[in-house]
Amino acid sequence: MDWQALRVSLSLGLFTVVLLLPFGLWLGHRLATRRFRARLLVEALVTVPLVLPPTVLGFYLLVMFGARSPLGQAFAAIAGQPLPFSFTGLLVASAIANIPFMVQPMQRAFEAVPTDVRDAAACCGLSPWQRFLRIDVPLAWPGILTALILTFAHTLGEFGVVLMVGGNLPGETRTLSVAIYDRMQAFDDRAAGVMAATLLAVAVATLVTTTWLSDRVVRRRG
Amino acid sequence: MALSRHPRTRAGSIVALIVLGLASAVHAQKPPTVAAAADLGPALTEIAGQFRRETGQHVELVFGSSGTLARQIRDGAPFEVFLSADEAFVDALAEAGVTRDRGALYAVGRIVLFAPTGSPLDPAGGFDALRRLLDQGRVSRFAIANPEHAPYGRAAEAALRRHGLWPALQPRLVLGENVAQAAQFATAGAAVGGIIAYSQALAPAFADRGRYLLIPADDHPPLRQRMVVLKRAGAVAARFYDYLRLPAARAVLERFGFTLPR
Repeated sequence: MDWQALRVSLSLGLFTVVLLLPFGLWLGHRLATRRFRARLLVEALVTVPLVLPPTVLGFYLLVMFGARSPLGQAFAAIAGQPLPFSFTGLLVASAIANIPFMVQPMQRAFEAVPTDVRDAAACCGLSPWQRFLRIDVPLAWPGILTALILTFAHTLGEFGVVLMVGGNLPGETRTLSVAIYDRMQAFDDRAAGVMAATLLAVAVATLVTTTWLSDRVVRRRG
Repeated sequence: MALSRHPRTRAGSIVALIVLGLASAVHAQKPPTVAAAADLGPALTEIAGQFRRETGQHVELVFGSSGTLARQIRDGAPFEVFLSADEAFVDALAEAGVTRDRGALYAVGRIVLFAPTGSPLDPAGGFDALRRLLDQGRVSRFAIANPEHAPYGRAAEAALRRHGLWPALQPRLVLGENVAQAAQFATAGAAVGGIIAYSQALAPAFADRGRYLLIPADDHPPLRQRMVVLKRAGAVAARFYDYLRLPAARAVLERFGFTLPR
């Protein structure tokens, strides 16, 4: 078991969740409650990472932020290191790849909150913030939690973009999924097996939890 | 985005910046990273352990195909020493001005014809055995490294071409991203064998997995393996580079089947 890789995977998952949580709440709520002109376009864009091969995302990140591009050089001058092949670069890639996993469950959950409840709260004089915190979040929490868990678990499973943008650096960008690939090539099937079983357990636990949570949402709605 | 006029969006991006800053702070201060061609996996791991015991200093090793690693270095990957399996990649990096100098030749690699235990291919018969098997239609798959960016794949292709096997074998090839993955494919069972690095066939982890035959050195252009210190390297990395040319390290390379320069 590569503990360092486990640590990288866990912190990548955690940071991705923390980074995307405010964005997901904001966009998910907005998409669920407001009608604006670009809505369909935004909803489509949110879904794009779901169908995009990770290599496409990796390609663009490397071309845009590589050491040879002006943008990449500017970033490296400010941040002190280039964006690709760093934990930060991995985090950016992972945040983009996980937008649908964060936004969509939240959007569905917010959509399930009856409009008249929100209207009633507005009539009672609650500000938009108060309505959000006292009405929307308490009613939509299973969806929000599902989004967090899915994002975290999906980050652990990220492989293609991690290999391409991360470059397999121990302690920095070598995640558990990349470590499995690495150990297989080193004929260390035992270590690869232990890590594979770990990720399998996490995946099953995640799906059991999210299924249970979405069950709650459906029952509430029905 | 049309939505970004909101003040809350600005607060959001500040949060994002803080998280990104924290994330990079958590992952600072590490030993230097050495990028090495995949054929070096077993040998260099041993040398790095020896280096640590003798100097108390630690280097991290990252293995891949030389082409992939060279590309990553050009794109800004934080490697400090690069051990290529092909000197052309080092030359190109030197031209691009990302290395300290033009580096040094550290080894000449060899390839072997390998067949896993239970395979119908008998490597002792050499390429003729492979040809016979091919004629009988009994070659399911044959593993080599990807010639496009892996030097050992290129050498394998050259040897197969030299023996006139390339056209017939091509549709049966499975390509590893690097020669370590090719070796993994060659032993996985679906392939009758493959062409892999001699250094891998000699590795302890590889023992009992199959039989092999050393392919004559003049069957392919020599795998002149060159290494170089990159401009960003610190003292530990430079010391490791020097260590690789000392007798202790050279003895390990020799044991793993490399021909040593000078």
